Amino acid sequence: MSTTTTTHAAVPERERPPAMVYGPIAWARANLFNSWWSTAVTLALIYLLVKWAVGFIDWAFVNAVWTVPTTPQGTLDPTPCRNAKEIGACWAVIGDKYRFILFGRYPYDEQWRPAICIVLFIALYVMSAMRRFWRKELALIWIAMLTVIGVLMWGGVLGMPYVPQDTWGGLPITLILATFGLAFAFPLAILVALGRRSTKLPAVRMLCVVYVELIRGVPLISLLFMASVMFPLFMPVGMNPDKLLRAQVAIILFAAAYLAEVVRGGLQALPKGQYEAADALGLSYWQKTGLIIMPQALRLVIPPLVNTFIGFFKDTSLVLIIGIFDLLTSGKVALAEPIWQGYSSEVYIVLAIIYFIFCWCMARYSRGLEQEFSRAARR
Amino acid sequence: MSGSTTDPRQIGARRPPSKGMTLSWSDPRLRSIVWQVVIIGAVGMIGWYLVSNTSQNLAARRIATGFDFLGRVAGIPIGESLIPYDPAIHTYGRAMWIGVLNTLKVAVVGIVLATFLGTVIGVARLSKNWLLAKLTATYVEVVRDIPLLLQLLFWYVLLQNLPAPRQAFNPATGVFLSNRGIKVPLLEWDPAYWWMLAAFVLGWIGTIAWSRAAHRRQEATGIRPRVWPVGLGLMIAFPLLVWAALGSPFKPEIPVLRGFNFQGGGTVSPEYGALTLGLVLYTAAYIAEIVRSGILAVPIGQWEAAGALGLRHGTILRQIVLPQSLRVIIPPMTSQYLNLTKNSSLAVAIGYQDVVSIANTTLNQTGQAIEGIALIMVVYLTISLSISLFMNWYNARIALVER
Repeated sequence: MSTTTTTHAAVPERERPPAMVYGPIAWARANLFNSWWSTAVTLALIYLLVKWAVGFIDWAFVNAVWTVPTTPQGTLDPTPCRNAKEIGACWAVIGDKYRFILFGRYPYDEQWRPAICIVLFIALYVMSAMRRFWRKELALIWIAMLTVIGVLMWGGVLGMPYVPQDTWGGLPITLILATFGLAFAFPLAILVALGRRSTKLPAVRMLCVVYVELIRGVPLISLLFMASVMFPLFMPVGMNPDKLLRAQVAIILFAAAYLAEVVRGGLQALPKGQYEAADALGLSYWQKTGLIIMPQALRLVIPPLVNTFIGFFKDTSLVLIIGIFDLLTSGKVALAEPIWQGYSSEVYIVLAIIYFIFCWCMARYSRGLEQEFSRAARR
Repeated sequence: MSGSTTDPRQIGARRPPSKGMTLSWSDPRLRSIVWQVVIIGAVGMIGWYLVSNTSQNLAARRIATGFDFLGRVAGIPIGESLIPYDPAIHTYGRAMWIGVLNTLKVAVVGIVLATFLGTVIGVARLSKNWLLAKLTATYVEVVRDIPLLLQLLFWYVLLQNLPAPRQAFNPATGVFLSNRGIKVPLLEWDPAYWWMLAAFVLGWIGTIAWSRAAHRRQEATGIRPRVWPVGLGLMIAFPLLVWAALGSPFKPEIPVLRGFNFQGGGTVSPEYGALTLGLVLYTAAYIAEIVRSGILAVPIGQWEAAGALGLRHGTILRQIVLPQSLRVIIPPMTSQYLNLTKNSSLAVAIGYQDVVSIANTTLNQTGQAIEGIALIMVVYLTISLSISLFMNWYNARIALVER
């Protein structure tokens, strides 16, 4: 080393390069151990993480029971699960009950129909999320898809046996409540938002304010109770609408109040010049609203709309309380079977994963859109 | 003012358009009145139709309307209650009131804990420590994307699956975790504690007065006298002195295992525990996001300026950034508090007897569906309105005062 430096004696003493700027160790020093406090936090978190992760992997995979043997009588024998209790998960309950959890009490041989419906719903969401489908025809696609879903679920035509509504259950019910809720609440929400913004119709504005504030001030449960016990009283004597329909009406009324506030936010965010320019062109109120205001306002509020939709998707689980057979209810009912009692954690984890996948995808999508819009606005 | 004399300047001027309405469809005022009459009329018709159906149905089912049932003996067994209650003698009215108190018990405790936890998580998400930031971000993502009801059921099952009282966990002296709930030691109440409380309130008032005086002094001389030693003395030492003067009574009541259950001490029931835990963990995730965006909304120059003054990171956060971000944080925080209160109605799913659960039992027993649901709605509207009013007042207080 020293011999080489002596040969280049003319080169002045250089400043040494910084110790480490790149590479994993430098990264760890900057992001995990940059002070004694940060180091302590990192070490504590690593300790907890490793401890819990090892415990969870032991429970969920290493010690887990995946299948249980069948007894000579043809029933399942849960003894392996009993033996692994406390130390390992019993995934056999999912293997036995997954079709019940997904489709509820829908006739076993016909369960391909709700399965197709789930796929159709997902296709509908994916299509609605894609930019190239954002045009008027999308409404027609929605109507067509929802009709097909209705035909598949009820049956009674094309050789499919009729399946009454009170045997539907599981994931399709959750998707129906959320999707139909949105499809009907959305037009209502637009009308309410316009009514609340109207300056020329004070009585209508009052009506809309009272509706929105009343619904937003009370919990969804009270509306669902109302649907299940008071709705029959509202109808003419002898007419008793179906339970699912009543819950659906409650969810629509609830969703419309929240969506109306989101839409109103979009209306308020539009510059006043847009309204004035439309007036100056001599457009009528509905022309102005339909051609100038709404296309811009709705575009602004797509990300918060998706967030509101995530909220409803989760809130549909509340129908459990009035005894409607959605995904959460069917999971809970599956647990009521004597041999699977006590394995609720397993079922709840699977349900949580299903809900999580749907909500997480929507949340990711909404965040992506938000970034895209803010980029466009900055330009 | 003599209205009859004509102002000479107005002679010959163009008359303003008449205020009268023309009976023509092109008159916007006429149109607006017609539309309002039509819409209100339609809504009124629907309302009248529903009311008339309801009264026919009620008559057909022989259900009497009115709130008389509130005065009848309830006979609903209630597990936990903040006021004395005996199902054999007390009324539905009292049972409903217990439900309201139970709802408030969950809501108040939940709001305080969720605010604390949410703020901690929100700040941690912005931490420079990569691991801490990622872990808290994951927590927020996961908790927000799973329905609250599912989370509540999960926590409830977990608390119910704790060991029986005989094998209860005993993490600290006098604290027992079992499937009967969490048992904690309680202090036996002594009249001296009332005096301590009074001393504390007096000390609190004194501290506020001293802090005002310090403020005036600072305005006048530029030197701020220390407030915290005085506050410590008045609010902690003074009550302790009172306690010592009254013979320092201290009798802790420690839960003891007798037979199959614990005797003495305070209890957190599994239902209340699961509900509060679930609500706090769920709402804290939302509050964390609000706190995070509030902090990010404070311009970076504020951090840099405070750093240039030589303040430490924690001090900057507490003294400079958080007070400013409060203005952004308060409005969405209000709606989270309202959400937590409304979500506490999910208690009915895990058997905690809040106002919805008791009203539900009541309306099943008496058949008074309309009155029961009206009571639930009135209670929640009142709570929502009170929280909104308080938060609006607080928001106005901390709002930027521009001179």
